[in-house]
Amino acid sequence: MTTDAITVSDLVVHRGKVRALRALSCRVRAGRVTGLLGPSGSGKTTLIRAIVGVQVVRSGTVTVLGEPAGSRALRDKIGYVSQSPSIYQDLTVLENARYFAAIAGVGAAAARQAVRDVGLASAADQLVGNLSGGQRSRASLACAIVGDPPVLVLDEPTVGQDPVLREELWDAFRQRALAGATVLVSSHVMDEANRCDSLMLIRDGALLADDTPAAIKRNAGTDDMDRAFLQLIRQGASS
Amino acid sequence: MTMATSSVVNPAILGATVTRILRQLRHDPRTIGMLIIVPVVLMGLVYAMFDGSPTVSQTLLIMLGIFPFVIMFLITSIAMLRERTSGTLERLMTTRTGKGDLLFGYGIAFGTAAAVQAVVASACAYWLYAMSTAGSGGLVVLIAVLTALLGVGLGLACSALARTEFQAVQMLPVVVIPQILLCGLFIPRDEMAGWLSALSDVMPLSYAVEALQQVGANAEPTSTFWIDLVVVAGCVILGLILAAATLRRRTV
Repeated sequence: MTTDAITVSDLVVHRGKVRALRALSCRVRAGRVTGLLGPSGSGKTTLIRAIVGVQVVRSGTVTVLGEPAGSRALRDKIGYVSQSPSIYQDLTVLENARYFAAIAGVGAAAARQAVRDVGLASAADQLVGNLSGGQRSRASLACAIVGDPPVLVLDEPTVGQDPVLREELWDAFRQRALAGATVLVSSHVMDEANRCDSLMLIRDGALLADDTPAAIKRNAGTDDMDRAFLQLIRQGASS
Repeated sequence: MTMATSSVVNPAILGATVTRILRQLRHDPRTIGMLIIVPVVLMGLVYAMFDGSPTVSQTLLIMLGIFPFVIMFLITSIAMLRERTSGTLERLMTTRTGKGDLLFGYGIAFGTAAAVQAVVASACAYWLYAMSTAGSGGLVVLIAVLTALLGVGLGLACSALARTEFQAVQMLPVVVIPQILLCGLFIPRDEMAGWLSALSDVMPLSYAVEALQQVGANAEPTSTFWIDLVVVAGCVILGLILAAATLRRRTV
């Protein structure tokens, strides 16, 4: 059974003088991997910040698991990875994971498991500041999945990862979704879109399409996600 | 309205936060070394400078209150700014971590570091530099820890006003140096012009210094000492409230 885990209605967000989101509405279902795709500056991060409840919004509503985004009841239910690896550079990978485990109310064993899950077991005792960019974002991911939150919101978690690891990360997202979690992953790389169960294409703060990857490509009459995106933009401009 | 969401402290999360901050400090042995050694070296300079003059003891006593204040203010404002710019603060705000857990976490962790610093610095002042006080050395350490917490509280509050590291460092001359100038280190406060002494009266460091001078001159804690202590403790709480008010779960 799939239900809406996240509902966004007529969301308007201004960042400075820019209207970052223009009355955007969308729904994200539980138990599947939803991709949030769009070019840099399209409003992906703003939407994600609104969903995790740290963005000041002008109007509209965001509901997560039946609660208003950012409400106290949600604070142990969301695993959030922001675009920059928001973990402590002067702690080791495991120390970071243990801190976020403690906040989530789980123990050191769960922290070690999370570090293993992102493939960093061999670097567990290294300072995050000494890791490569890809390792850092995996360490950040470990801190988000520790405690198995029912909602995972990941802002570009696969940037800078080597192809093999990227494959593993997407597998891991899928497993969590199969276990019932809601997984929302943003990316600006179109070829990652095909790995998602459903897709939201966003541009200039508005939703262009919300469908399965196959349906989006079929509607655009192409097999290539980049072309499909282009086609959707043209359709939007002409209508 | 954000104040309404400021939560009570969660002991487990507070404990984890204190541990995390102390671990960060432990990974930075150079900072620990400077925390402990720099006050001792600077007091040595003052000791040599005054060269046996009777005022050296009073000056060293005041310095014991000023060091923790300055150092903890700097460390706290930079640490908090790093939480903001690295995105860890934003992440913590999506978790069960309450404002109280974070702010008291910094207070307890840096307060502990300050206590170690104060014990070492006071011990050196008494035994290496022949400082003498009529009152107990334990009270000197107590005030030093309180001024450290004052630095933590003001640092947490001021870091909200700074957007960059440059600005954070500039808060030192704005917030800290006037307090050092007017606290009675250079000129006794009752000899200052009226408006200067009025300014001095609204600066929390002045009360910490007065409390130290009370310990220096009296064998038993005086009522002035206790009042000063309460004033400084009140300012610590005020700083934490100010910091909580500037900590927002949602940002633009």
